[in-house]
Amino acid sequence: MSKNNLHVLFDDDDILLDAIKKIKEKKYHINEVYTPFPIHGLDKVLGLKPTRISILAFIYGCIGFTVAVLMMNYIMIDDWPQNIGGKPSFSFIENMPAFVPIMFEMTVFFAAHLMVLTFYMRSKLWPFKKAENPNPLTTDNMFLIDMESGDNLNKMKVFLKKTGAVSIEVIERDDNEK
Amino acid sequence: MSSHYEASIRKPLIEGDKSYHDITVDIARPIETPPNKDWWIAFSIALIAFLWGVGCIIYTIGTGIGSWGLNKTVGWAWDITNFVWWVGIAHAGTLISAVLLLFRQKWRMGINRSAEAMTIFAVIQAGLFPIIHMGRPWLAYWMFPLPNQFGSLWVNFNSPLLWDIFAISTYLTVSLVFWWTGLLPDFAMIRDRAVKPFQKKIYSLVSFGWTGRAKDWQRFEEVSLVLAGLATPLVLSVHSIVSMDFATSVIPGWHTTIFPPYFVAGAIFSGFAMVQTLLIIMRKVSRLESYITLQHIELMNIIIMITGSIVGCAYITELFIAWYSGVEYEQYAFLNRATGPYWWAYFFMMTCNVVSPQIMWFKKLRTSIIVSFIISIVVNIGMWFERFVIIVTSLHRDFLPSSWTMFSPTFIDIGIFIGSIGFFLLLFLLYARSFPVIAQAEVKSILKSSGENYKKSRDSHE
Repeated sequence: MSKNNLHVLFDDDDILLDAIKKIKEKKYHINEVYTPFPIHGLDKVLGLKPTRISILAFIYGCIGFTVAVLMMNYIMIDDWPQNIGGKPSFSFIENMPAFVPIMFEMTVFFAAHLMVLTFYMRSKLWPFKKAENPNPLTTDNMFLIDMESGDNLNKMKVFLKKTGAVSIEVIERDDNEK
Repeated sequence: MSSHYEASIRKPLIEGDKSYHDITVDIARPIETPPNKDWWIAFSIALIAFLWGVGCIIYTIGTGIGSWGLNKTVGWAWDITNFVWWVGIAHAGTLISAVLLLFRQKWRMGINRSAEAMTIFAVIQAGLFPIIHMGRPWLAYWMFPLPNQFGSLWVNFNSPLLWDIFAISTYLTVSLVFWWTGLLPDFAMIRDRAVKPFQKKIYSLVSFGWTGRAKDWQRFEEVSLVLAGLATPLVLSVHSIVSMDFATSVIPGWHTTIFPPYFVAGAIFSGFAMVQTLLIIMRKVSRLESYITLQHIELMNIIIMITGSIVGCAYITELFIAWYSGVEYEQYAFLNRATGPYWWAYFFMMTCNVVSPQIMWFKKLRTSIIVSFIISIVVNIGMWFERFVIIVTSLHRDFLPSSWTMFSPTFIDIGIFIGSIGFFLLLFLLYARSFPVIAQAEVKSILKSSGENYKKSRDSHE
């Protein structure tokens, strides 16, 4: 089996997309693709599953809403009911219209923050995290495919050059570490 | 290339012959080059204003709120005027980045980063005023729902002032994460270009180790979209709730159901004006004319014109409803507003907010940079007067004619206001030299569809 990784650089997003399609046709394995900006259709070409983060955001929003309801019910109705301005709203349902703004704000607060935290955790983004992009140019104008090399390296190089690659770098994989 | 097609009648959003790398270089330039003399002059002025404001705040806290021009009849004046003014200004950022994202308006990409920065800095200024007005700012945390051992009672969830705390803290924090998430790829770009070790360290820290993997981008786009969906009703709720501080009271002139939409339109109006003021200067100083084009300025002017006209409609509706209601207190409040001792403030408000944006109907004027700049300043002055008119003219002649009075600000009032402007500009000036001021990753993604060079070559092939 192959022992090496290839870092294939491209300088154009359209060429990159075509190249990925061709690489996929040849059944080579792509580990990762690094791009400086979001490319439409890249996830489809790579066969990535759609992200479920928006479903989570909905659940987080529901949690926020529940927290708001429980909090205001406890504070205003259970723990210390008050007669404010001659309006003794001692039941939740009577007092509820005044609670709507904060229910809404808490829903948004929970959904937004927990979703972003989830995104940071899942994509391994946090302060003091070391960047792992193999080539610093991938945040500027270059597109990099990190893939496994086939059995015939030279044949593969020719194939990749044909797809429009600017440069191909062979990375020796240290199997002891793996 | 067909996937990048955009109708040729649409004006390019990126001017000149730019490549992906050119965009990187242009956006990184203000950060990588030392600031010039003009920047230091502006910075010094802002710093002096800020320090003056700090001095006035310390004096207020040491002496008490009596050092302000407030009196028994006018208990809210410049502080709350400034608060509402700054919150209003803060609305443009989210509007540009969230609402325009939902509407798939590509022109947002040149201006959203700075507009969001402006939002955050303006909310900070806004938050300052109620906190100082408390008199004991070190007890500000009592605003949060803490167990009643801290005070005598829980906070009152029926009060719009408490709704405000929740709305503004949510708005500030959500805007901050929205902004920062968008900044990650751009900070990463600066990090990967940095040659000085210290710079590299700082930008590594703030970019959270962003690498641009395909999966990260997929999540990034989904998160941006959902955040935009959440921020859109949020931004509308914030100024609605601010308006309820007044609208839920029984003061004639404040007790108005039109307030929420009217305040939101006014907020967008003043926010766009402030974005216009700052970006017209920034595009020139940081040489970003290719990305913040005349087209961007024109589109912002159109929004200023529309929202200004909505605000004008609201002014007239208020007058009509006051008359139509048959409530004499309400009628007097509006008569006094327009013709009473504060007629000049009302006149300022009407001219600056309703009349001046109407010149944007003329294409020649709305595509003139100098006219846009002047109007943007006029609008901001007008919007400050709007809040002053609503607040002070409704209070100064209350139900008891013996307590009728006028409000005059002391130098402390003026000092804190000027200090907040200084603080705001200070933050913005620092931002302009240390942050990628344009969302370069997003701009790169529209280069092939909306870049001038690409559009031209596509048109010539047809």
